[in-house]
Amino acid sequence: MAELAAHAGEAHHPALQHHFVSLDQQRAASTLGMWVFIAQEILFFGGLFGAYTVYRTLYPDAFSAGSHHLSWKIGFFNTLVLIGSSLTMAMGVYSAAIGKSKAVVGFILATILLGGVFLGVKYFEYGEKIRPCLGDGPHTGCLVPGARFDAASLHLSGAEAGHVQIYFSLYFAMTGLHALHMIIGAPILLTIAYFAWRGRYSPEYHTPVELVGLYWHFVDIVWIFLFPLLYLIGHH
Amino acid sequence: MSHHVVSWKVYLGVFLALVALTVITVWVAGHDFGEFNLVVALGVAITKATLVVLYFMHARYSERLTHVVIASSLVFFAILVFLLLTDYVSRPWPLSPVAS
Repeated sequence: MAELAAHAGEAHHPALQHHFVSLDQQRAASTLGMWVFIAQEILFFGGLFGAYTVYRTLYPDAFSAGSHHLSWKIGFFNTLVLIGSSLTMAMGVYSAAIGKSKAVVGFILATILLGGVFLGVKYFEYGEKIRPCLGDGPHTGCLVPGARFDAASLHLSGAEAGHVQIYFSLYFAMTGLHALHMIIGAPILLTIAYFAWRGRYSPEYHTPVELVGLYWHFVDIVWIFLFPLLYLIGHH
Repeated sequence: MSHHVVSWKVYLGVFLALVALTVITVWVAGHDFGEFNLVVALGVAITKATLVVLYFMHARYSERLTHVVIASSLVFFAILVFLLLTDYVSRPWPLSPVAS
């Protein structure tokens, strides 16, 4: 009661919601909620990483053959782009913490731009594998698992021709789910940039900038694992 | 919850470390460590992820309850993979003849 009475007497920060005692408590609750969401995301991706572990254990040679067909240079480039976007995101949160709203907008827009570069490269990579599967041609180089999958272009036949399709199924599922997270993140970042531009955030209150940062860094971490696991198997 | 502002120099340092580790992960992939290829690749990836979580995601400066949530998600992921593998590696595979 004493706490509530003291709370009622304070001059409120406009961002403080009535069911929280202080901005610090509100921030701690929001941050914890975001981390619980991320914990759930780890297990969401975890199902795919689990499937990957099982099938790579069962068919190591097919996974190596599939991985050899991806360009590690493109994967390397995209890894650097995504790490760069994590830096701009971290700098955006930092700018919010020291009250530089203009810089927040700039850094978030840079983050979105780098995310766009990543997705553009991914679009090119997917296109290379999907385009041969379309139309009535011989489907040479088609790497979408299914009836049109061209195992001969990977110099594989027999059982391995089937096993390598499991690799490509996981490739599309894992990178696709990752890309979907980035596609969802971009409009959220844009919204936060708009609010920052309107001057809604301050050193006392910028929790939304921090939380979207946590989300973006998590998506970066997923890629940090996907790059060696998909692009660099038996690359020697 | 203390409002810890980390210097931008720390972020730049972490970024440079992540770039260096990305180069290292490509470089080690060019060498054959036999059974340890996957261990080395995952070791580098886990180091990178730890840097991101500790500094970019501020876990180093966050509350103990946040640490509990992070740790519990890793424990449950470990349970998922461990129990999956106990099932798959303890049975003959494939379970039925595969049409090839």
